[in-house]
Amino acid sequence: MTLVETTAVEPAPAQKPQGYWAGVGARLVRDPLTMICAGVVLALILAAVFAPWLGLADPYKGSMIARLKPIGTTGHLLGTDEQGRDMFARLIYGGRLTLFIGLMPVVLAFFIGSALGIVAGFVGGLTNTIIMRTVDVFFAFPSVLLAIAISGALGAGIVNSLVSLTIVFIPPITRVAEAVTSGVRALDYIDAARATGASALTVIRVHVIGNVLSPIFVYATSLTSVCMILAAGLSFLGIGVRPPEPEWGLMLNTLRSAIYINPWLSALPGMMIFVTSLCLNLLSDGLRSAMNVRD
Amino acid sequence: MSDKLLDIRNLTIRFRGKRTVHAINDVSLSMEQGETLALLGESGSGKSVTLKALLGLLPPKRTDIEGSMHVNGTDVLSLSGKALQRYRGGEVSMVFQEPALALDPVYTVGHQIAEAVMRHKGVSKSDAMSVAHDMLERVRIPSARRRLSNYPHELSGGMRQRVMIALALACRPKLLLADEPTTALDATVQIQILLLLRELQKDFGMGVIFVTHDIGVAVEISERVAVMYAGQIVEEGTTREIIRDGRHPYTRGLLAANLHDVARGERLNAIPGAPPALETRPENCSFAPRCPLVEPACRAGLPPMRTPAPRRRVACVRAETPIAAE
Repeated sequence: MTLVETTAVEPAPAQKPQGYWAGVGARLVRDPLTMICAGVVLALILAAVFAPWLGLADPYKGSMIARLKPIGTTGHLLGTDEQGRDMFARLIYGGRLTLFIGLMPVVLAFFIGSALGIVAGFVGGLTNTIIMRTVDVFFAFPSVLLAIAISGALGAGIVNSLVSLTIVFIPPITRVAEAVTSGVRALDYIDAARATGASALTVIRVHVIGNVLSPIFVYATSLTSVCMILAAGLSFLGIGVRPPEPEWGLMLNTLRSAIYINPWLSALPGMMIFVTSLCLNLLSDGLRSAMNVRD
Repeated sequence: MSDKLLDIRNLTIRFRGKRTVHAINDVSLSMEQGETLALLGESGSGKSVTLKALLGLLPPKRTDIEGSMHVNGTDVLSLSGKALQRYRGGEVSMVFQEPALALDPVYTVGHQIAEAVMRHKGVSKSDAMSVAHDMLERVRIPSARRRLSNYPHELSGGMRQRVMIALALACRPKLLLADEPTTALDATVQIQILLLLRELQKDFGMGVIFVTHDIGVAVEISERVAVMYAGQIVEEGTTREIIRDGRHPYTRGLLAANLHDVARGERLNAIPGAPPALETRPENCSFAPRCPLVEPACRAGLPPMRTPAPRRRVACVRAETPIAAE
């Protein structure tokens, strides 16, 4: 009898209940569209990071005689731009800046916005009013306009673009964080944790953050594509990255004048922006459904 | 006083806000070590508020508390910071009504119990896990080892409530507060949980305050019953005294309003009316508007507290004259 019980109690390895992240991983793997998008984004990021070691042409070296060569020219797989620089190299190198300026502000805003939102939602009262009304002020401006205004005020440059885009994305993330946190705060398990002697800090650190982080994270990933487009937009307008740095938005602007001579060439940076933001969006959708455990 | 497990004196709780609510009005209550007391009353009678006050869980900014509460000689209202954290879970612990909401969905049940143990006993994670395992076995969860790594949503309602009890008892509190722990469960599971609680109460020798609106449940679990109405205790006594010899018309109404011994097709007994809004401090008997035996004295002032026997009390002008059963 004892023996039988022991075998019944000991779990077989296959039956072992899987952890949260293992479950998310398993659901992601079963979703082909998300996997393809993740692959594209990963490939772009890897190519951008390892660009100097890929044996590409020099993205800064131009040639007066080899300007605006069409796609498929020998030696220049994707042609050359208006100064005769290799487009393929510039698109890959351009990914470095574009992805960096596209993703970094969201990461920064994720941390700052979550912190503000969680504090506002958990503490409530006057603190909540001060934080949330301040945040509301930023909602009065459309995000594009706000980004342009701040960038314009600060001047062009990579750091300034980062700062302005971070400021643009803090309010929406704060608002989402505050909404989820005040929802969680009213739940019984917060009281239950306090009833077993958890300090306010433990309650926030363990029970609040554990429960609010994934919805905020999923929301933040949905902002990355918008952020990337805004970043490219700032560069296109000349208040983001400065030439001759390769950046997709900036390239789109400089190739604009060549649209009647070689339209396909000038569409290339736009294609990159389109594909990347589409993939980021679909990836965020996939994450959202994979991470939703309580369906 | 210090040998008493619980001693609440003249507790009055008011919630401030857009409208003031006099949730608890002059409640006194005491318990000996290892006693089981049922707090009986309908929704809004102040049962849960009393429990939350005992754990200091009421929002301090909006709550006025007067009177005193002592648990094992500790003045609950004077506790704060580290002392309050040691007291919560260590001295007094609570089982919540809805186990699906009272367990954190993103952590395994083993982790949640171990966390509470580590907090109070300062032991290592693996020691805390073995305490958690032991607790799950004590609350009769089958294959406890495997359940440790389950998330709350993977367990059934009855199982979750067992986990909740294990979590509450993990640090061996002297007093367990059970806030309608069986209300969210179906009838077959209810009785299992009740039997489990009674057994654990004997094993651990702890006191239990069991909040319920179900007289049947109160009879099943407790030695003593305190009936609450509109934030006051209207009658207190042993379970037997309350059932056999309920003196307060409200207690009698509750007893009459159960489903036993009712002939088919007959109207069910109910107490007419609804409990009063608690916006003002009661100045006469709160039950007078609904009372079938009301007399002018009831509306004139607060009813006297009669004590027909030791540890037995009734707040009713007519308590001296046993009311003939209808």
